[in-house]
Parts: sequence; C-alpha cells; structure tokens
Amino acid sequence: MKLCLLSRRLRAVARRDTPTSNRTVSGEGNMAKFFAITIFVIAIVSAIPILRHTWWMAEDISTHGAPIDEQMSETMAEAGISFLASQFILGYFIWKFSNPKPGDKIKTFPGGAKAMVWAAFLLVGTEVLALGVFGVKAWANVYFTPPAANAVPVEVQAGQFAFYFRYPGPDGSFGPIHPDMINEANQNFYGLDTDHDADSKDDVVTAEMAVPVNREIHLIMHSKDVGHSFFVPELRVQQDFVPGMDLSVHFTATKIGRYEIVCTQLCGLGHYNMKAYLSVLSPEDFDAWMKKEKAMQ
Amino acid sequence: MHDTAHAHVGQHAAPTSFIRKHVFSLDHKVIGKQYYGLALAAVLIGMFLSWLMRLHLGWTNLAIPGLHLLTKNGAPGDVMTPEFYLQLMTMHATIMVFFVLTTAPFAAFGNYFLPIQVGAEDMPFPHFNMMSFWVTLVAFLVLMSSFFVSDGPTLGGWTQYAPLSAVGQVGGPGEGAGVVLWALSIAIFCVGQLLGSLNFITTTLDMRTRGMSLWRLPLSAWGWFITSVMGLTAFAVLMPACILLILDHVAGTSFFVPANTVINDQMQPHSGGSTLLWQHLFWFFGHPEVYIAIVPGMGIVSHVLITNMRKPMLSHRVLVYAMGALAVLSYMVYGHHMFVSGMNPVSSLVFSFPTLVITIPSTIVVLIWMGSLYGAKLRINSASLFALGFISMFIAGGVSGFFLAQPSIDIMLHATYFVVGHFHLVMGVAAMFGIFAGTYFWFPKMYGRMMNETLGKIHFWCSFVGAYAIFMPFHYLGLAGNVRRYQAFAPEYMQHLIPLHKFITIAALFTGAAQLIFVYNLFVSRYKGEPARDNPWQGTSLEWSTPTTPPPHNNFGDKLPVVYHDPFQYGVESSTGDYVMQTSPEKAGPDDEA
Repeated sequence: MKLCLLSRRLRAVARRDTPTSNRTVSGEGNMAKFFAITIFVIAIVSAIPILRHTWWMAEDISTHGAPIDEQMSETMAEAGISFLASQFILGYFIWKFSNPKPGDKIKTFPGGAKAMVWAAFLLVGTEVLALGVFGVKAWANVYFTPPAANAVPVEVQAGQFAFYFRYPGPDGSFGPIHPDMINEANQNFYGLDTDHDADSKDDVVTAEMAVPVNREIHLIMHSKDVGHSFFVPELRVQQDFVPGMDLSVHFTATKIGRYEIVCTQLCGLGHYNMKAYLSVLSPEDFDAWMKKEKAMQ
Repeated sequence: MHDTAHAHVGQHAAPTSFIRKHVFSLDHKVIGKQYYGLALAAVLIGMFLSWLMRLHLGWTNLAIPGLHLLTKNGAPGDVMTPEFYLQLMTMHATIMVFFVLTTAPFAAFGNYFLPIQVGAEDMPFPHFNMMSFWVTLVAFLVLMSSFFVSDGPTLGGWTQYAPLSAVGQVGGPGEGAGVVLWALSIAIFCVGQLLGSLNFITTTLDMRTRGMSLWRLPLSAWGWFITSVMGLTAFAVLMPACILLILDHVAGTSFFVPANTVINDQMQPHSGGSTLLWQHLFWFFGHPEVYIAIVPGMGIVSHVLITNMRKPMLSHRVLVYAMGALAVLSYMVYGHHMFVSGMNPVSSLVFSFPTLVITIPSTIVVLIWMGSLYGAKLRINSASLFALGFISMFIAGGVSGFFLAQPSIDIMLHATYFVVGHFHLVMGVAAMFGIFAGTYFWFPKMYGRMMNETLGKIHFWCSFVGAYAIFMPFHYLGLAGNVRRYQAFAPEYMQHLIPLHKFITIAALFTGAAQLIFVYNLFVSRYKGEPARDNPWQGTSLEWSTPTTPPPHNNFGDKLPVVYHDPFQYGVESSTGDYVMQTSPEKAGPDDEA
C-alpha cells in the first residue's frame, strides 16, 4: 500500500511540468549549426549540375524552340536564386537563433508579417507573373499560329506500341481511314481501302518519319486506340494523342540528323519501348527516301 | 463560444468490452490511432514497392530473389516484367497518395487532436467517424486484393487515364478486374473521406468549448479544418468519376471511350465517350488532393514550430488566410496537368495564370515561417528538426513549380522525371516530414511515453540528406528528357542517364532502410519509452491540458475546459515560465485578448 502511494507520488512529481525554456543544451546548438551547414552544402551541390548543364535539354533543332529555351533559362535563374536564397536564410536563422543564452528575449522580425506579405507579392508575384506573360509568346509560337499553306503534311498514327506515319503522295490528300479495316497482319496499319478510295492509292505509310530540313511540317496526330504522346526533345515538341480527336502541330527542323520520337503518355506494358526515328534530311535525300518508301508500298 | 449542453453532442459512455474499446471504437482518439496504424502499414508496403521499382530501374535484368512470390506471371525467373513494373508503380502511387498522404496527416492526427484542440469530448457523429475508418480499411483491402486476381493489379498509373483504363482486359494485363478493383477501392475511400470531412467541419464549427473562438484555434486545427472543406468537395467529384469508370467496365457504357477505338485489330464496342472528360474529373480532384496532403502538414509544422521557437508566428491570421487561399486556388489550377493533353491551348494559358498566382500564398506561408524564426529561442529536437526539414523540402519542391506552371516550358518537362521530382519533394517528402514532426511531437500525448530522441535525430539526418539525394537528381533527369513511367530506358538518348538512376536507387535503398529506425523507435518507445509528462514541450493548446496522459475517454474529465487565450502565448512572462496555456485565466502578453 505504501509502495503504491509512493509510486503515485513519484509519478505526480515526474508529471509536473518544469519550465525548461531558459535551459540551453550545447548539443542542440551544435546540431543546429550542423543543420545550417548541411542545408548550405545541399543547396550548392544541387545547383552545380544545373550551372554546368551536366544533364540538360538536348540541343534545339527547331525554329520555334529559342523562346522556349530562353523562358527555361530565365525561369531557372529566378527559381535558382529563390531556392538558394531561401535555403541560405533558413540555414542562417537556424544557426543564429537556436542556441539562446539564459535571459535572451525573443525578438520580432522588423517589419513583421506585413513585410513578408509585401515581399511575397512584390518579389515572387511580379517575378512569376512576368514569367507567365513573357511565356505566352513562346506558347503562342507553337499553338496560336496556323501552319503555313505550303507546309508539308504528314500524318502520325499512334497505337499500342508503335507510331506509323503517312504521307499523302502526289495528290496531296490523305485517303479516308476505315478503322474496321485496320489489320496489322496485312500491314494495313491505317485501315486504308486502296481498292475503292482514290485518295488512298498514292498514300505512303512508313514506320520511320523523315522530313526535309528547313521546311515547315504540318503533323496531323491520330490515335487508333488509347492515349499516347509525341515527344521529340530536340524539336521542342510534345503533344498528346487524344483518341476520338485529330490534333495537329507544326514545326520546322533546322538541322540534318537522326532523332528519336518517344511516347510520353502511359499506354500499356510496351510504353517504354514505343519509339520511332525521325530523320531530318536534305531536300534531295528526302525525295530519294520518299521514292524508296513508295516503291516498298 | 458555445454553451456546454451543445458541446455534449458527441458524448457517449466509455466502452467496457475489448471490441468496443479497441476495434469498433467510437472514440476519436482510438480511430485516429487506427488511421495511423493503417497509414503505417500502407507506407511500409508502398516503400517496399518503390524499392523493387528502383532496383529494376537501376539494374533492369536483375533477378530479385523471391519476387515471383508476389505475382503469378509478373516475374519469371524473379526478373520483373514490364507490366509488373507498371503494376507496382501504380500500386505504389495509389497506396501513398490515398492511404498514406491523405490518411496520416489529416485523418490520423486530425481525428486524434482536432476534438481535443477545440475542447470537445468527441466528434459530433461518432458512428460516422467509426464508419469512416472501417470504410477506408475496406478500401485498402479491396485495393490490395487486386494483387491476387488472375493478371494482377492495374498498370494504368494512379491517374488511370482513359481510354486505357476503360477498355477492359484488351488494354493489357490488369486492365480488366485490376482497374475495377482500383476504381471500387477509390470510390469506397471517397466515402470514408466524405464522412470524415463532415465530422471535421462540424467539430470545428459547432463543438468548440467556451472561450474557443475560431481565431483561438491552433494552426494545426486550422489546417485540418481547411483540408476537410477541400476533401468534401474534391472527393465528391472523384467518387462519381470512379463509378462511371466502373460502369464502362461492367455495364457496357462508354463514358470515357470514343468511337472507332481499335485494339488488336478489333473495333471496340464503344462510342460517344470522351477521354478528356476523365482527365478533367480526375484533376478537378487531383490538384486539390495535393493540398489535402500538404495543408495538414503546414498546420502541424506551424504548431510544432511555435512550440519549439517559444514565440508566436509573425501573424497567425495571415497564415490562416494563406492556407485558405491555397485551398480556394487549388481548384482553379488543375488544368496545368493538361497543358499538352489536347485541351484547347487557350485553356492552357488560362490555367497557367492561377497556377502562377498560387505561388504567392505558398511564398507567404514560407516567409512567415522564416520571418518567425528570426529572434526565436529555437529548440532542436526530432520534432522541430522534421518541421524545419519540411520547410527546406517545401522550398525545394516549390520552386520547381515555377517551371511546371508555364505551358511553354511544360512542352519540355511534361511527363518527365522533373515532374516526378517536383511532386515527390513537395507532396511526398514534405508531407512525410510533417507526419514525422507530428509523430515525435504528439507521441507522448498519444501513448504516454516519450520517443527516443537519439534515434529520432538519426532518423532525421538519414531522411533529410537521403531525400535530397534521391529527388534532386530527378530534376536533372527530367531536364535531359527522361520520360517517366518507363520500366527500362530504351531510347538511345536516355542511355547516359542510367548511372544517375543507379545512384538514385542506392540512395533510395539507404533512405528507405533509415525509415526502419523510425518504425523501431515507434514500437520500442510505445512499450519502453520514458514516461511522458502531461505537457512535455511546454505547449499552450488544449491537448496539453488534459487531466491525464493519454487523455481519458472524454478527453477532459468531468468538466470541459474554458479557454482564455490565443494558442500562441509564448515568450511572455508567466508563473509557468515563458508561456501561458489557453486554459490559464492568468493575463498573458500585451496583445492578449483575455
């Protein structure tokens, strides 16, 4: 009984709150300094690969890409400065204010909350809104200007897990698609009825895409099954395929070479392997390529 | 500001049987702990799945011993197949987003502490509250059951874009029964969240004790309240979307599949559906969901910081308004997930604007935290370390939002690892840090024992450095055009990125392993931790005024507390030291309303 009372008293003593706010623990101060240094180091190490472009966007080969890249660089500068500045200040404050001496009084940031709200509106608000307003131009270049009348029309069809491309041939028009006639075994990837549709007769269907250099391409995008996407990093083009909707993008490639088209919209188990090549060719090579492909139809 | 008769709405007698006490309990505290337990089980499974995925991404042909035990066809010779990778990825994301990031910071801590912080005996609808947990558990079991159907869980990603998710078995492994179970699980989960949100909102508005005005609520309570309003509207949209998706599978409807869909040379029996409709419905929920995951964390972190800084925030009200602004704006920004989806390109610009604007309230929150640190008497402990780590992670994940808010840059970054890095830092790691801060802070109140500080600090350091080591490189991968949701990196231009993937995998294994220290600490401290005092951190809010620790069944014993002060009376001179508790009639600082 006595033991029980004693233990209850002890527990009551243990539970009584002792003011410890003025207590300083030197280990805590050291850990705060270590925290600050860690934040500094992490912030700087994180920034190095960005500054050195160790892993960076592929070289731009499009006529519309420059404003996008510029927008990216400006955003990187602003986001980078915001990141470094705020991490440094955070680290500094943790260092400075974590090891109070006995008798230290708390202080309030001069300017108070009002300064913070103003800073958020003026610094960050104007910064991001300026980015947004300037970014409209880069976006408009891609989406608000119609393709030129003499743009080379190419159609791309996405399906699990391959792209197929179609060129309209000398008549300049694509034959109609009959989804019920799509038959991979017979290599009728598009569902063309060459026996009945005159426009389809000269259509050229290919597994690789080729385009002439410095010519505008009008790419008509069509999915036969699920959602896919058309992404060529060098071209600064990424656009989803939407089943049930034909979309189009247009671009001009400025550098001869062989690039990869990859799918970026999860489309099933073979998604990672859904890719095709894009060859940007000189006009002569493009004509020769077209002739060769036509002969293979 | 309510009379006591009103505050007795949720009253119910203390249970006597084991089942009513620990299983089908009506006590919000038990329900909160049940949610925490569910989130803990879920996060361990989710993390284990991410280990398997990371191993596969670093070493694609690696045989992982025993992998075949998890799947019927997904791992011949213990080597992961492409579809099994996608199935693990989908399950990882679904488990983490719904059953961890929504469940732990909101449902677990909110259930336990919101009624106590407002000074109530319980929530107003205890049966709904009990139901919300059990419904959520059923949702989790339904989701996990998809591992056991013939071709495994769905592989469509947590976003479940139609028509892949709606065409059925023909779409690929897991796209039949797997998707139906997924959608069913999420629809059930929504029911649980709606019931929970209802309780949270009513608790905050109607159950406050005498003297507890809305402005006297601690920031954690504000975080849960704002989140519950978001939950009520966001989950109410996701649920019907999931039901329509199920109907496309089982009732032959075509909500999300258009005409002329050809798979395996077969015309699909659908017409008239819209694939973009799913995306709109999903993201109308999906973007608020990001804030549902992070706003409770903001509240918890603010609460933990105030107590450990020993001073109030620069402005309590500005933080509340900023969190409220985040909630409102979160509904107007969702289209930034769809910039290149084929939606009208004018819409992209329209959605871009509020997405940029939402950085302003986010910045205000961060600046208020940092400005409040100025002149603080900061205590360094596991809880405050995780709260400070939260700020660092939130900044790191937040600045990448500048990029993704802009349609033109999104052309380069959409669907790349840049996006994956962004959301893992800002809603994954930051929200997890909020959960950890809350756990180290409130564990003494929940279990009457302290957690081990040394283990807590080791856990923090490994997690902090580890999370940066994992997720900063994701941004570099994304800039270099590394597409997400690939089980292997087939394109030639991605080959040079594989060493970076190997580095990330090693960092992920290490950081994941460090989480086991936390689990160990949790279980050992539960039974062997140093006994906790009623108010171990010298806090002011009502959870520290309970007559016992853990609190009794009705939280405050015979008499509900009366509140005299704001919850942030720190840095004042008083009989207890440098703080005045909300329940103390003593006069506090000069701007005290008491």
